[in-house]
Amino acid sequence: MKIIGAEALLESLRREGVDVIFGYPGGAVIPVYDMIYQKDFPHILTRHEQGAVHAADGYARSTGKPGVCLATSGPGATNLVTGLATAYMDSVPVIAFTGQVATSLLGKDSFQEADITGITMPITKHNYLVKKASDLPRIIKEAFHIATTGRPGPVLIDLPKDVSVDSLDYSYPKTVNLPGYKPNYEGNAKQIKAASAALAAATKPLIYAGGGVISSGAEQELIRLAEKARIPVTTTLMGLTAFPGNHPLFLGMLGMHGTAAANYAVTDCDLLLAIGARFDDRVTGDITAFAPHAQIIHMDIDPAEIGKNVRVDIPIVGDIKNILSALLTQLVPGNYEGWLQTVERWKKQYPLTYQPQEGTIMPQAVIEELCALTKGDAIICTEVGQHQMWTAQYYRFTRPRSLITSGGLGTMGFGFPAAIGAQVGNPGRLVIDLAGDGSIQMNIQELATVASYQLPVKIIILNNGYLGMVRQWQELFFEKRYSQVALANPDFTKLAEAYGIKAYTATKPEELRELLQAVLEHPGPALLNCLVHPEVNVLPMVPPNGPINRMLGVEAK
Amino acid sequence: MKHTLAMLVVNQPGVMARVAGLYSRRGYNIESIAVGKTEDPKISRITLVVETENEAELEQITKQLYKLIDVIKINDITRDDAVERELALIKVNATSANRSQLLEIVDIFRAKIIDVSLDALIIEVTGTQDKVEAMIALIKPFGLKELVRTGKIAMVRSAVQS
Ligand SMILES: Cc1ncc(C[n+]2csc(CCOP(=O)(O)OP(=O)(O)O)c2C)c(N)n1
Ligand SMILES: [Mg+2]
Repeated sequence: MKIIGAEALLESLRREGVDVIFGYPGGAVIPVYDMIYQKDFPHILTRHEQGAVHAADGYARSTGKPGVCLATSGPGATNLVTGLATAYMDSVPVIAFTGQVATSLLGKDSFQEADITGITMPITKHNYLVKKASDLPRIIKEAFHIATTGRPGPVLIDLPKDVSVDSLDYSYPKTVNLPGYKPNYEGNAKQIKAASAALAAATKPLIYAGGGVISSGAEQELIRLAEKARIPVTTTLMGLTAFPGNHPLFLGMLGMHGTAAANYAVTDCDLLLAIGARFDDRVTGDITAFAPHAQIIHMDIDPAEIGKNVRVDIPIVGDIKNILSALLTQLVPGNYEGWLQTVERWKKQYPLTYQPQEGTIMPQAVIEELCALTKGDAIICTEVGQHQMWTAQYYRFTRPRSLITSGGLGTMGFGFPAAIGAQVGNPGRLVIDLAGDGSIQMNIQELATVASYQLPVKIIILNNGYLGMVRQWQELFFEKRYSQVALANPDFTKLAEAYGIKAYTATKPEELRELLQAVLEHPGPALLNCLVHPEVNVLPMVPPNGPINRMLGVEAK
Repeated sequence: MKHTLAMLVVNQPGVMARVAGLYSRRGYNIESIAVGKTEDPKISRITLVVETENEAELEQITKQLYKLIDVIKINDITRDDAVERELALIKVNATSANRSQLLEIVDIFRAKIIDVSLDALIIEVTGTQDKVEAMIALIKPFGLKELVRTGKIAMVRSAVQS
């Protein structure tokens, strides 16, 4: 079959099961857009390329399928950079196509030329510059394979304009031949046995689960391990939906804004099972004081994570689901009842709390209320800042893949476009962007996208009038010198209304529930601007580089 | 400590940039890097000489290199029985007064003179890094005008058949 590059691209996407592209056109991709038109390929037009790549990311995180985005050369391509870095840091399978100047113009500073493969080398799992149309099917096949297997990650394909119009003899390869890419899926049996023996010998074991559990689809195995052996569980921000938020063995998130129970448990445990987590500095605090009494078992698909930040006693490289399944067949749990009692006491003694204040909406209360109204079942996307941490603390997630948040890169402006992708990928579900007043303005243009496709995304702004998280650091560590953090905000309701989106403002605690309900029940997109207390801090907080068992804001009850 | 890493990589444009970029990005130092095709034109060999602080650092950088899709195999051949060679071209001031002394050094090192002009010579020397360095040290006092070195390449010896 003789077809042109642009058609080969869409045909290959079809064969990969891609049902939507998030994108934005421009000169170098006009041939691709012409083919999208001719083939009527499903496409969501965002209002900025950053919106497109975050949407593809949100689609991928919420569905488990790779997300696809498309941008033109030069500025279109560079607008993808933050989104690719975001996906890379959180190991999300995104395939980005960029237009490029024709091969004859490459390297000549041609109009709208940017070396996007060079630029994105450190923020993609792999990338390609397609030199001939006949390479395209193989490259797309490889890209999907690389993005979705092993430790997932974004892959970029740069497509010169002539390549998309040249003809080729099309056939889609069935297999890939990548001699340098052989992820290891089976955990070493001897190591799994050693882990099982360590569990039998332990008296104070703790599970520390990360996003790898979700990437691997190992949530059920994790629950079975915890329940069968009766081991308490803490998770990272990325791991939050890997374990039910209302489970009696759940301690909440650990780390800088983790719960006291989780951080005490890490510091006290004698065996730490790190499962698909990577000992990030926001988790460990002072690394020398992290899990000081524990033997460490580290399970991860990526060998480079083993021993990167901490010494590991029992490394197990492989797919988490495989490793946990194997471990479950030979599990001989010890008796941890004394330890469970200790942990339970911490949970009771040091719950997450805040001081309600007369007449103002407390930000934490918004999330508690939202959690109650949605029964922990919504897909929650967040931006970055205090509201993100409060979401992690107060929303009790009940389903995997229902927290979509930029953990590794901490990208403000991520949540709203990610919510668009999540809504497109989950048409029947309630998708909410929990936003800060600062962050929402970083991709506010996407209001036009939800309006034009009538995507029923809900935006809830915790409007504190500040870049709150930065303000918190300035308050605590810079003697309240509030440098450049107070925001003069637009009227968010009027702004949303200008886009034709239903919007409300909540100013008093009494009206919060009713307005939340109104927004959630609205059939189309809707926005709630919650004017919350301006100077609340996220607590507990481990001061930067401190040991995680020393937290500000932990008072024994 | 210095390590010699022998890498096999897919012969793709950009593979050198990926390897070198990874090093600088993660804050490691490359002492030398040499690249060329192998007997299989689809595969290139990169010989890297790197300075690492400890074994853990070396292990981490090796694992990071393996994450590059185009990297097929990495061998640390520092302690292996390997032949190692480097080539240097040295341009040195040569007057009628010191020329014979220079020729003597060239002779001792089994180096070659590959260009002669009125006031300078170009010497080509191959050998281990130690040898090349010793030669350079001896030439320096004569007035070293220019120096280029290839970086080390290496090959592990086959086991002796009994
Ligand atoms: C793109 C980007 N720029 C800057 C930052 C640094 N930063 C982290 S949190 C934060 C404040 C966010 O303010 P807002 O969205 O209002 O959330 P709040 O903390 O007030 O809940 C800033 C500026 C960032 N994370 N991302
Ligand atoms: Mg704010």
